[in-house]
Amino acid sequence: MSNDGGAVVPGREEAGYDASTAPAGGFRKGAFGVTGSGDTSGFGGLVRVEPGGAVVLHSTDRPYGGWFDEVTDALIDAVGEGTYAAAVQRVLVDRGEITYFVAREHLLTLVQALRDDEALRFELCSSVSGVDYLDSGGPAVAPGRPRLHVVYHLTSMTYRRRIRLEVAVSAEDPHVPSVTGVYPTADWHEREAYDMFGVVFDGHPALTRILMPDDWDGFPQRKDYPLGGIPVEYHDATIPPPDTRRAYR
Amino acid sequence: MSTTYDPADPYAGSRETTEGRVYTVTGGDWDVTLGADPHGEERLVVNMGPQHPSTHGVLRLVLDLEGETVTKARVVIGYLHTGIEKNTEYRNWVQGTTFVTRMDYLSPLFNEAGYCLAVEKLLGVEAPPRAQTIRVLVMELNRIASHLVALATFGMEMGALTGMTNGFRERELVLDLLEEITGLRMNHAYIRPGGLAQDLPEGAVEHIREFLEFFPKRVADFHRLLTGQPIWQRRLKDVGYLDVTGCVALGVTGPVLRAAGLPWDLRKVEPYLGYQTYDFEVPTADTCDAWGRYLVRMAEVNESLRIIEQALDRLEPGPVMVEDRKIAWPAQLSLGPDGMGNSHEHVAHIMGQSMEALIHHFKLVTEGFRVPAGQVYVPVESPRGELGYHVVSDGSTRPWRVHVRDPSFVNLQATAAMSEGGMIADVIAAIASIDPVMGGVDR
Repeated sequence: MSNDGGAVVPGREEAGYDASTAPAGGFRKGAFGVTGSGDTSGFGGLVRVEPGGAVVLHSTDRPYGGWFDEVTDALIDAVGEGTYAAAVQRVLVDRGEITYFVAREHLLTLVQALRDDEALRFELCSSVSGVDYLDSGGPAVAPGRPRLHVVYHLTSMTYRRRIRLEVAVSAEDPHVPSVTGVYPTADWHEREAYDMFGVVFDGHPALTRILMPDDWDGFPQRKDYPLGGIPVEYHDATIPPPDTRRAYR
Repeated sequence: MSTTYDPADPYAGSRETTEGRVYTVTGGDWDVTLGADPHGEERLVVNMGPQHPSTHGVLRLVLDLEGETVTKARVVIGYLHTGIEKNTEYRNWVQGTTFVTRMDYLSPLFNEAGYCLAVEKLLGVEAPPRAQTIRVLVMELNRIASHLVALATFGMEMGALTGMTNGFRERELVLDLLEEITGLRMNHAYIRPGGLAQDLPEGAVEHIREFLEFFPKRVADFHRLLTGQPIWQRRLKDVGYLDVTGCVALGVTGPVLRAAGLPWDLRKVEPYLGYQTYDFEVPTADTCDAWGRYLVRMAEVNESLRIIEQALDRLEPGPVMVEDRKIAWPAQLSLGPDGMGNSHEHVAHIMGQSMEALIHHFKLVTEGFRVPAGQVYVPVESPRGELGYHVVSDGSTRPWRVHVRDPSFVNLQATAAMSEGGMIADVIAAIASIDPVMGGVDR
């Protein structure tokens, strides 16, 4: 069964279950993460719907509560309503943290406003990290799907607030504008995200590998890059390498 | 044999002899390789490290020198990259603790605490009060140990070797306490999602109290040894200058930022684990230089002692792990002949008395618990600055992604800003004052 989000999950039709209206996230097929084992127990055919898979497709409606609305209003004031609507695809408030999902074309406009506007003042870019959502469930696992996410954690030292920006790109077109012009500290963060995930930050002063050797092949923290390892013998038993052990999903 | 070589080799002149062609390697091709020096002065590119006693670990510096003046300082890292972030994706949530503790090996308990706070935020649980107090207690002990190594290596790199021997000697006192509490000097895996691996052992509180009694004297000794010393002062003052603007632009946090005058300490500004209820100061300096950073670290040791004392006073008996048996580790650990392991009572219970307990134990240990999907970012104030955990869960028993914003990694970017235009000897002081730990930088 393909993992496309629009399809009706087999076996669930009679319950009136339509995957396209699933709350969010993905489906899990089978138990214990075992596939292709000739399993006849029936557990292999089990389809579970995760309440919110890794690609959390929820979005939160206004009001967001607390200072989240204040920041959002200030951001709309700073960049203009049209730009904001075009730039921010959706907003998610989860576990007391707010995430703005941003279109890459407008990333620089947003971060510039977030840093400089008096009502926003996100002076510190705490962290930039990559996340690969390959095969994480969710709709349409297909080429061109934006599986690589770049996550920015911005901190306002003036207001003591933290927000998160998230930009999603596909592995075929992994270009994101570099924010080093606004936040010089993003220099090494972006090099690391390039090194590990192959996200190309356009405009970065020297986008080279930082942790891996310069001539390394591939992007190690992508999900389709194997962990590697060898079987280890211990107390007369052979322990397989971690990425081939049974996984419980 | 030698006929295959190009006789016009630019790097080696040659001539024919009766034994064959002999090459004379002359070198001196720097002008060809690097381009002529526009000033006609002596430009020298020095590669320093990664194996160098003064680079604070396996850090490599490429320095452009004009005489003794550094015109360009480039930092090369990655020599200690161990792929810890990737590895956590192949282990369950509890096993993650044993991985992250090995990153910044001088502040293992901060790594554990940050990771566990992130997992707990994803789970929506909170460790019981006693566990929170003990976390604060061991973290502050760890902060003292970490700062002592910072000061010790600082001394060593500046040539004050007694500073080093004293620093490591005093640190051993703290490590003895941590060993008594957690079982290990480093890489403790003591803080676990939901609480702690085990409660404080008998006698630990008394030993910490003894430590609190005599340790302030040792700090004073350190001051007597180094602070008033004119050579020490002249090596550190006005060296490695970086003001608040520079710090924030480069993302520098921790003692370096506080030595620039900004009292930014996450324990105060975004309190976690009840830090808002402790009475302590955030030491600052306004010198923006290595001297200020040294003083801030020294003062922070004293503040940590104050916090430890308060933590001991408020220790109330109670559980150190969440009540939820679906998260809490099923076994009470105890010391056996082959090290720490499941207690005899627990093994007797699951093997002889209760089938359900055995199933429960098996499920939790092999499969682990599930963490609801979502992502969080949790920062804690490590001895080096903001240690942030960006943890993503897809709802399974393993993390989807663990990204660590390590303060050493970010702070090290300030090397060029601190040392370019200064003397080569001051590069060492500047880097020592950042106190990077390469285990954390490279992860």
